Amino acid sequence: MSLLPNTAVLFGKELRTEFRSRELLTTTVVFILIVLFMFSISFRPTSDESRQIGPGLLWLAFLFAASLMLQHSFLSEQHNDTLSALRLSVSDPFAIFFAKLAANTLFLLLTELLLLPIFATMYNVPIVPVFHWLLLVFFLGSLGTAIVGTAFSAISAQARMRELLLPLLMLPLLTPILIVSTEVTKGLFDRAPYLQWEGVGFLAVFDLVFLTALWLFGEYLLEE
Amino acid sequence: MVKNLLAAAAVFLLLGAAAYASFFIAPTDVKQGLIYRILFLHVPSAWTGLTAFFISFVANLLYVWRRQPRWDWLGISAAEVGLAFTTVVLVTGPIWAHPVWGIWWTWSPRLTSTFVLWLLYVSYVLLRTLLEEPDRRALLSALFGIFAFIDVPLVFGSIRWWRDQHPQPVVMGEPGSGLDPIMYKVLFFSWFAMMALMTLLIRQRYRLEAMRSDLETMQHELEAA
Amino acid sequence: MPPVSSPVGLRFENIDKRYGGLLALRGVSLTIAPGECVVFAGRNGSGKTTLLRIAARLVRPSRGTLSFSGDSTGGNENTVRPGFVAHATMVYDELTAEENLLLFARLQCVAQPENRVESLLQEVGLEGRRASLVRTFSRGMRQRMAIARALLHEPSVLLLDEPATGLDPQGVTWLAGTIRLLRDSGRTILMSLHGESEISSLGTRAVRLDAGSVVADTRTGATFRSILTFADA
Repeated sequence: MSLLPNTAVLFGKELRTEFRSRELLTTTVVFILIVLFMFSISFRPTSDESRQIGPGLLWLAFLFAASLMLQHSFLSEQHNDTLSALRLSVSDPFAIFFAKLAANTLFLLLTELLLLPIFATMYNVPIVPVFHWLLLVFFLGSLGTAIVGTAFSAISAQARMRELLLPLLMLPLLTPILIVSTEVTKGLFDRAPYLQWEGVGFLAVFDLVFLTALWLFGEYLLEE
Repeated sequence: MVKNLLAAAAVFLLLGAAAYASFFIAPTDVKQGLIYRILFLHVPSAWTGLTAFFISFVANLLYVWRRQPRWDWLGISAAEVGLAFTTVVLVTGPIWAHPVWGIWWTWSPRLTSTFVLWLLYVSYVLLRTLLEEPDRRALLSALFGIFAFIDVPLVFGSIRWWRDQHPQPVVMGEPGSGLDPIMYKVLFFSWFAMMALMTLLIRQRYRLEAMRSDLETMQHELEAA
Repeated sequence: MPPVSSPVGLRFENIDKRYGGLLALRGVSLTIAPGECVVFAGRNGSGKTTLLRIAARLVRPSRGTLSFSGDSTGGNENTVRPGFVAHATMVYDELTAEENLLLFARLQCVAQPENRVESLLQEVGLEGRRASLVRTFSRGMRQRMAIARALLHEPSVLLLDEPATGLDPQGVTWLAGTIRLLRDSGRTILMSLHGESEISSLGTRAVRLDAGSVVADTRTGATFRSILTFADA
């Protein structure tokens, strides 16, 4: 009855539910597409400008999309009060968070990977040579976003104005991710691409810090 | 009652002394003239705001651990006072920047970090208005407050790292802006005076919150009866 | 139904539960012996649901303690995991009956989950709909799902909050039969009910709550009937 088996079972449930309907993924992908397109229309960047502002726009679009997508995480557990069923069944409440944030990271990563080629085309930025590094940055950034977003989804699900509340809570807190991820991505889009390891390390630290905080305080977020 | 008045009087005296020192004791800055003296308001406000947020953080931890309402009262009081001081930083920034550098806003590390801090704690206050049940409100806002404060070093760190990648001219009392020894003394004295003001304000706000909470309890009991 | 290996009793000691200024429970003290089948009666808002949720450890009391007693606790009360049937069905609409039960069986580390799920589906009469999404179920079928979910891990303690809700007369008879079997196998049962029925007659003890306090108890002399029939007054 330990943490990892419970997490695996719940992770499976999250995936099964989502891939059965695919509602979340499709709407998120379309949303980001719309945002990128609107950015592109309002700036109409040249190739050099794309390399400069592209990373920022990309990460902004991901964060906005995440702040909408992650609301669903705990909101869905209010229907039929399945959250209580989970709390009754698992031995460690952190399993609930762990499974959800893992699933959310995966969903975010999938949408990002789907959109990356489209972004590269729209903004004329070559991504193939640096693809594996991009994957690393996206993974760490998405993980941090998912950790914070999943945690706060548990809060906003219990409050009024929850549609606006989650972005309000999440986005200022994720400023470090926005700053660092944008900077590292910019380096990868440069004419002579380079990876800033300090930035990557920073993202890893961010993720570790908030994962630990969630581990310490998660059960209180679920209290009735 | 008398103690309150004496405390308030002491704080105002301290503030007055700090203001006097800012104008008459600190030497003149050759390049910026009179306006640089806003430094003695701008920088200590940032430090005081941060201190208030730290107090809120500790109160939040204590509430989650002990569940006593007074930690919730202290948490919101310190956060609001911190927000007030942080607002002073954001307002004095442009007031300083415009006459000297001709721009209203700079993305200097202090201003940028402070802005994020301001947004975080505005969210904290706003969150409380959207949660109705008192125990739930206290617990969830305490948890958010804890996450928010843990973020603070990460915010500062990320901004500093970014600045190191993109060197900028040092402005507005940022580290490295070269201050006179006497200026440092006035700076720290200002900070001391502001901490006294902070303490006074937190105490008053705390009392208000305690009274409001009692009123809310009485209202609920009346309704239930 | 095989007898429970070690019966478990509960004790509520001076339980208060406060929501804002409202005291949902005030000074509730009750000792429930292993194997007792207690019926809780009372108006809506009398605190029955809150008391059951505290027993399920979903809600933390503002004051007072809840403890479990009996051999199965082995000194560690956290191993007692009551089966809980609540107002909400607590199952996922987007999963099938089978998937739902397998999920909860695996989370609770039930031995041979597939077999257990299969036998439970048969017991509650849903084996023909095992591959249907719960979303397509009627209220009565969902209630059977809820009961099946509560029984997955063969709990020693059962908490039932108005369990007959949504069941047709056939369903109520089936439920009464199931509860009788559970009671006779030594399980401790706490049920909150409205008025007299096939199910209330299974109780070995009745307690009435009013405005968060215990006002009558068959253990202290009140009659079963008086407790139940005043419930709706």
